Amino acid sequence: MTARLDARPLALVAGLAFVAWPLVGSSSTWLTLTLAGLAMGMIVFIAASGLTLVFGLMDVLNFGHSLFIALGAFVATSVFAALAGEAASTSVATSLGLVGVAMLAAMTLSGTIGLAFERVIVRPVYGHHLKQILVTIGGAIVGEELIKVVWGPAQIALPPPEALRGSLLIGEATVDKLRLVSVAVGLVVLALLLWTLNRTKIGLLIRAGVQDREMVESLGYRIRRLFVGVFAAGSALAGLGGCLWGMNQQIVTPQIGGQVNVLLFIVIIIGGLGSTLGCLVGALLVGLLTNYVGFLAPKATMFSSIGLMVAVLLWRPQGLYPVVNR
Amino acid sequence: MLNRLLSHDLPRSRWLALLLVAIVLVLALTPFVFPGTRALNVAAKVIVFIVLTASFDLLLGYTGIVSFAHTMFFGIGAYGIAIATTRLGPTWPALALGTACALVVSLALALVIGLFSLRVRAIFFAMITLAVASAFATLASQLSDFTGGEDGLSFKVPDALQPGTSYAADPVLGASIDGRLLTYYVIFVAAVVLVLLLLRIVNSPFGRVLQAIRENDFRAEAIGYRIVVFRTLASVISAVFATLAGVLLALWLRYNGPDTTLSFEIMLDVLLIVVIGGMGTIYGAIVGSTLLVLAQNYLQDLMKLAAGAVQDVPFLSQIVSPERWLLWLGVLFVLSVYYFPSGVVGRLRALHVRRPDHAKR
Amino acid sequence: MSDKALLSLAGVHTHIGAYHILHGVDLEVPIGDVTMLLGRNGAGKTTTLRTIMGLWPASAGSIAFDGRRIGGPSGDADGSTDPALRTPEIAALSIAYVPENMGIFSDLSVAENMLLAARSARTVEQLDRTRLEWLFGLFPALKTFWLHPAGKLSGGQKQMLAIARAMIEPRRLLLIDEPSKGLAPAIVQNLIAALKELKRTATTVLLVEQNFEMAKALGDHVAVMDDGRVVHRGPMAELAGDEAMQQRLLGLSLAAHA
Repeated sequence: MTARLDARPLALVAGLAFVAWPLVGSSSTWLTLTLAGLAMGMIVFIAASGLTLVFGLMDVLNFGHSLFIALGAFVATSVFAALAGEAASTSVATSLGLVGVAMLAAMTLSGTIGLAFERVIVRPVYGHHLKQILVTIGGAIVGEELIKVVWGPAQIALPPPEALRGSLLIGEATVDKLRLVSVAVGLVVLALLLWTLNRTKIGLLIRAGVQDREMVESLGYRIRRLFVGVFAAGSALAGLGGCLWGMNQQIVTPQIGGQVNVLLFIVIIIGGLGSTLGCLVGALLVGLLTNYVGFLAPKATMFSSIGLMVAVLLWRPQGLYPVVNR
Repeated sequence: MLNRLLSHDLPRSRWLALLLVAIVLVLALTPFVFPGTRALNVAAKVIVFIVLTASFDLLLGYTGIVSFAHTMFFGIGAYGIAIATTRLGPTWPALALGTACALVVSLALALVIGLFSLRVRAIFFAMITLAVASAFATLASQLSDFTGGEDGLSFKVPDALQPGTSYAADPVLGASIDGRLLTYYVIFVAAVVLVLLLLRIVNSPFGRVLQAIRENDFRAEAIGYRIVVFRTLASVISAVFATLAGVLLALWLRYNGPDTTLSFEIMLDVLLIVVIGGMGTIYGAIVGSTLLVLAQNYLQDLMKLAAGAVQDVPFLSQIVSPERWLLWLGVLFVLSVYYFPSGVVGRLRALHVRRPDHAKR
Repeated sequence: MSDKALLSLAGVHTHIGAYHILHGVDLEVPIGDVTMLLGRNGAGKTTTLRTIMGLWPASAGSIAFDGRRIGGPSGDADGSTDPALRTPEIAALSIAYVPENMGIFSDLSVAENMLLAARSARTVEQLDRTRLEWLFGLFPALKTFWLHPAGKLSGGQKQMLAIARAMIEPRRLLLIDEPSKGLAPAIVQNLIAALKELKRTATTVLLVEQNFEMAKALGDHVAVMDDGRVVHRGPMAELAGDEAMQQRLLGLSLAAHA
């Protein structure tokens, strides 16, 4: 596809990093912060990609998306607890394997619950935005309480496996090993997502459906079925995001969903509802900004994200990459 | 006369009217009928929530705007007098100043938010208000010098309202006549006035235009109403009433913290009340608040009983544990949205209509 | 000219919200021919096409395709209990729909637009080469802008793409809504030429048009709508030759319409 890419928002990401450089002062700190920011951005992107696609494709606003994130994080704790022996191993391969198992488990459970969520909670309220907001919030509440029933209301520690603790020294910068893994996973997910969207027919259907659902149906495709699949995939991705988020935070609480939720909304609004690329750019911007501001003026972190959102909306009221709708 | 008092917006249902009268009477007489601090606290909470939710109904039910920033204004009102009395001492002028400042801040914020809402789509707007409310809550807990941070602010109210001030040596009908009682009735009367005012507003020509805009904003604009003006006004009015509700709450609790007014849980409560009570009715706020606050406080007792009964069954005992009451509220919420879309008020009104006319669906 | 109807509507009513748009449409579309659906603005032509496609449900009456019921409330006049089909299912019966707004996916390339329309192809390489060359011959712009985003095409080119999409695979029925709308006369001529090519393949077409020239050039049969009903049905030749009838039904005369 040779559509000319609107590169200005991407330039923003680079621009932000460059502006932060002199402000941070030390190059090594800047590097650490930037990598941390990119890692955070990747994780948020993974968690948010499902949300934005679901909205773009079927006009469904899922305020309960955070539930899948929380599920993913808690599943990770169970996996780590069950394979405690492997967690203590000093072999990098074992540790990576453990993380892999946790990720798979998180994705499977979140994806399955996502299917149930769509069937029971979302399907009856297609087309009614207000009801969707209310019902998905309700579903999220019930889900969070059920999480407390299964895993208990207290927070659970999620220390990284032995071999992935600590950091590497790259030049003068210290880079958390876990962050590196997160970025790597993020890149893989991004690549898979982009490949699916741009090189497969299903991806084509999704991209077309986001633009004009009716026409896709008129061409003979059952977009409802597609939607269920996207919803489940989005939930699975959210689970993956939760798993990574929990590991990076090293602590998992039942409120983890709510914490990330606001961030997700900010990201997909900045990116443009329905745009995967926008979601990526938005997530990277938020990730970087949060880390830079967290270093320079820790109390202003929450506001920096909101400030960014307001600034972007003043420039482009529909987000960085608005999806042209029917 | 009753008609004019209620701005011609009658309950239109025998049952509803009965229910409302019952609620108002019980609230008015709580200190005498239900002795003890717990009952009084519950009643005060009901009253405050009625005002808070009714103002939210103006925004959601009548204007059709979904905003999660409502608790922000609630908090501003509460913090307004908390900060004022903490810094200036527990005097009436301090209260007045605190309230005035809170109103000004709310007005300004509501204006900004209201105007901003028109630049972006409704869905965006809902999410943005969520983010803003969240940020505000964080702000409140971080500016500890000003707001008391996570711990909040405890303060004294003017002597006349302090619980220690006694007006009569002996209790009358079981209730001691002291500052607390006075405070209760101040809140009660204020709430009655505010709710009647809201009724007046939603039943005025202004209110009708709001409803027209909610139904079809293109058409309303085409007819000549400037949507910007109406929506912004609705946002501002709604915010002002929420702020006043906050003032009332703080007056009662003599304390305010981030969790008391700014938490998302409260926003959820408001949503629950409006949905279960009935959107776009104002009366729904009264019925819903009573139901919710009663459930919140007394349902847990019920659940404790039930939990005791199934103590040994592993999964069941967890689900019925009183700490998980939010689970059941959530289920009720979801069921209400599906099967109860017009809320209790809507159902009661429909009951009344269906009897004479079977053809209506 | 054939008599067998591939598509038939009987007493079809459509409500959109509170508005009653179709008041009992009776229509037969003979197989292998081009049927024109004419009428003034607001007569209900677009609504009819959308109802056939299932985008709007028929509130009464029945719609049958190749003898099989596809629309209208079940248990209605004909006593059938089959539920009405959904849009994708209707399209899957080999019916192609070119809506008034063309339904072009502007962010996707021309190639991707064509791929979407070709249900049997998974990738662009799998598109029927012969068929594609034939379409390139009819619509050269497609070949020129093959990899460009469809949104960059001109109005006329978009219309060509929309029609080409309907032709990328053989279909049993084509529903086309006002293709000449807003196009320059020269482009309209290209369009007529392309549709004449389509005619040669004996595809059944139901074509909504306001351009009478086009109608005359392509139509075998004609149905005229007014106020949500079909008020005239017959051979195109008959209407084309009768100026008084044209005036009466369409409020125009051949001479006045260039």
